[in-house]
Amino acid sequence: MTWNATSIGRLFAIGLVGGILQLTTVSQVAVFGVPADLSPLLVATVGLLCGSIAGASFGFGMGLFMDTLLAQTLGVTSLVLLAVGYGAGRLRELRDPAHGLVPVAVGAAATAVAAIGFAVLQFLLGVDAPVSLLLIRQILMTIVLNTLLALPVYLACRRVLAPFLPDDPRRRRRRAYTTGGLSPLSRA
Amino acid sequence: MYDKQVRRRRAVLLALVACCLVLLTAYFGESSGGPLKSIQTGAMEVVAPVQEGANRALKPFRDLFGWFGDTIDAKDERDRLEAERDALRQQVARLQDAERENAELRDMVDYARGSGLDAYAPVAARVYSRSFSSWYETIEINKGSSDGLAKDQPVINGKGLVGKVKTVSDGNAVVMLLSDPEFGVSARAARSGQSGSVLPVAGSPGDLLFDLVPEAKKVKTGDTIVTAGTISDRLPSPFPQGIPIGSVKRIEGEGELDRTIHVDPFADLRELDFVQVLTKPTADLRATAGTP
Repeated sequence: MTWNATSIGRLFAIGLVGGILQLTTVSQVAVFGVPADLSPLLVATVGLLCGSIAGASFGFGMGLFMDTLLAQTLGVTSLVLLAVGYGAGRLRELRDPAHGLVPVAVGAAATAVAAIGFAVLQFLLGVDAPVSLLLIRQILMTIVLNTLLALPVYLACRRVLAPFLPDDPRRRRRRAYTTGGLSPLSRA
Repeated sequence: MYDKQVRRRRAVLLALVACCLVLLTAYFGESSGGPLKSIQTGAMEVVAPVQEGANRALKPFRDLFGWFGDTIDAKDERDRLEAERDALRQQVARLQDAERENAELRDMVDYARGSGLDAYAPVAARVYSRSFSSWYETIEINKGSSDGLAKDQPVINGKGLVGKVKTVSDGNAVVMLLSDPEFGVSARAARSGQSGSVLPVAGSPGDLLFDLVPEAKKVKTGDTIVTAGTISDRLPSPFPQGIPIGSVKRIEGEGELDRTIHVDPFADLRELDFVQVLTKPTADLRATAGTP
């Protein structure tokens, strides 16, 4: 990732637009009784595209933004989304996954981590709530919904950040195969 | 070079985690007018116009999704509404009779107390944002202290009680919904007069408990639960009496002590476009909000 004022500005815009979209529209559209949650998807996408430091910082900022606008306890969402962004970034740094469905799997995992992490933090902070079937169902349905949204969110973010990203592994391999010594055509 | 990158990554991670923990600790430690909460309120006020504009601009998209959902549910809803209509017709006939009797009795005892929600100076507000977590059930509205709103004032809609004002700034306010884990209201069963408290079931959105009822056996499924208002002058309730909250959905347990009364709220807390804030919730007035 190329770091300059424009790339940071675009990350800021993704967070701002995503956050406001989440609060004003996505949170008010319930599918199967639950709304989707774009914040872990956006954070995981940024981590996956830009690396662990960018993912963690973006997660922290996004969480702070959400906590502020919803008058929630400051720091809770930040802590959860920070872990999501860092995890997604480390996955990219260690494995550099190239499969087309990686964003879907990462989106589902990020939503699960965020939802369960948020619930665990609430329990640790003293919210006296039983682990009801309804709560588990709500978490599962949010994961399913977010899994469906993961790929469009990933593609939209990649489009916005594309000028600042290195070539993705699939494109890199395809180019090496067709233009370099790996191509069977070049042996003929 | 690699070591330097690793050290930098770990330092950033540690710094961010430390920031989160400091924020958490400071937020819990400070009073309601503390610096962090003031900053939070200020930031909300700055972003509120953007949110409200986005909310209006994106309403067609929400309505489109809503249309799909409504079409799928339309048939079930039609059958349910037909059954409800028949039941309501009978109820209307009974109520008309009761209304006539009531009017006569009022004349007899010269019960000239004013009625109607106008007495509570309701302020209509548009909902422009809502939380999406089960742990903080809140909405944000476009009216604030400059419109006469203050903390703890009751919030209603056409169907019944919605919640109360949690925080308020000049031009907007955050409303804590009935289903927020921190919410509670003194209530009574309209038919039997049994009093108790309506509390949310944390982690189970849309489910409320009618708890602390002295003679719970007298409460039956289908009973309407309304706000109790002020019972003691020492502990005035911010809620006027008689605002419909919900109906008893089911009752679990047989004994007097282990009986759990679940209440289904009348207000659809997931679909709120407009609400009313009662800015003068004088507890000795009797609200006559229509039961659905």
